Amino acid sequence: MNLMEKLEFKFPAQAGKTSPITALCGVVGSGNLEILVRTGSDADVCEVSIKTSARGFGEIWQAVLTDFAEHNPAGGTRIFINDMGATPAVVSLRLGQALTEYLGVAQ
Amino acid sequence: MNATNGFTPGHSYFEATARQRLQQILDAGSFREFLAPETVEVSPHLAALDLPGAFDDGVIIGAASLGGRRVLVAAQEGRFMGGSVGEIHGAKIVGLLRRAVAERPDAVLLLVDSGGVRLHEANAGLIAISEIMRAVLTVRAAGVPVLALVGGSCGAFGGMGIVAKLCSAILISEEGRLALSGPEVIETVMGVEEFDSKDRALVWRVTGGKHRYLMGDCAELVEDDSAAFRLGALEYLDTHGEPEPSLFTLRAVQQHLSDRMVRFGAYRDGLEVWADLGVAQPQQVPLLDRDSLVALKKGLPA
Repeated sequence: MNLMEKLEFKFPAQAGKTSPITALCGVVGSGNLEILVRTGSDADVCEVSIKTSARGFGEIWQAVLTDFAEHNPAGGTRIFINDMGATPAVVSLRLGQALTEYLGVAQ
Repeated sequence: MNATNGFTPGHSYFEATARQRLQQILDAGSFREFLAPETVEVSPHLAALDLPGAFDDGVIIGAASLGGRRVLVAAQEGRFMGGSVGEIHGAKIVGLLRRAVAERPDAVLLLVDSGGVRLHEANAGLIAISEIMRAVLTVRAAGVPVLALVGGSCGAFGGMGIVAKLCSAILISEEGRLALSGPEVIETVMGVEEFDSKDRALVWRVTGGKHRYLMGDCAELVEDDSAAFRLGALEYLDTHGEPEPSLFTLRAVQQHLSDRMVRFGAYRDGLEVWADLGVAQPQQVPLLDRDSLVALKKGLPA
């Protein structure tokens, strides 16, 4: 059985601006994922919840998200991900795209 | 590339996501989403099967303007579970159509990209599809035209194929497909001798946009370009109202379909159908560009 895995992460991250919008990027299709970014509760924390059809990749998610939180002003965001087996490179690109869209209308 | 069609090509409709299609087709900045992500449940049926859902359940609904006209619009995302209609997905479309009955917009646009019912959601999905069918007819009876735009990777199959045909008109691209049972379904049920679903050229000769246009199933054939779909929709709305429902018209359409079964029913391939329609070189049809095919159809005997 290929059951869904749920993962939760919290990273310290440089505080970004607060945006009025909820950004949504990508599609839950094979090898792809959708990422929703909205304002979180803590200005210097990036909190991520993941639902993925590919089990057993928690360490890789941890590495990709750590890198994202270290290199982007992702503090103050709450991120939700629905994944259908996207590769780490695709995940990184989508994270950057979603954050850019979210911050694009920052106040 | 297409001076006669009066649009600037830019974005492949086929390649775009549902959200991109809305941005590209509707008046810039006019789209206002109903039931945006995070404001509605994600499919409980998929969660029960331990499958990741999508925030919008694979369909985006909202209000917008199209060339200044007020429209309500739904766009299915073919990349999420084949654009399939689950319970929430279907309820969003039904709600949009019922809103159209109350608000009387200038038109409803359905950007169909779907294999039909979401089998994971079984009866809930089937009921949703039948509710969509009824709602489309109610909107049309209220005098509001419903346009189906078909040009995504999943085409319009199963229940959504029926929904498309219940609409006032269908705009399709060469890449678009329209039928009831999908090619793989026919092969699985009837055998490869009946239909070889891996023969992509055959699949398009039987279900593809050019064939559907030649058969008169679709009002317009457009380029695979969001601007072409936009222009096609605007031209249709400029030149057509929504006629009063008429038993006489329904009977005439039924008779036409019956005659069509008699005339073409024994054929195995679009090539044979096109030859019967009077196309001199049917084997050339798949190679023709959009404008040439439209010209070819205009020259066919009535």
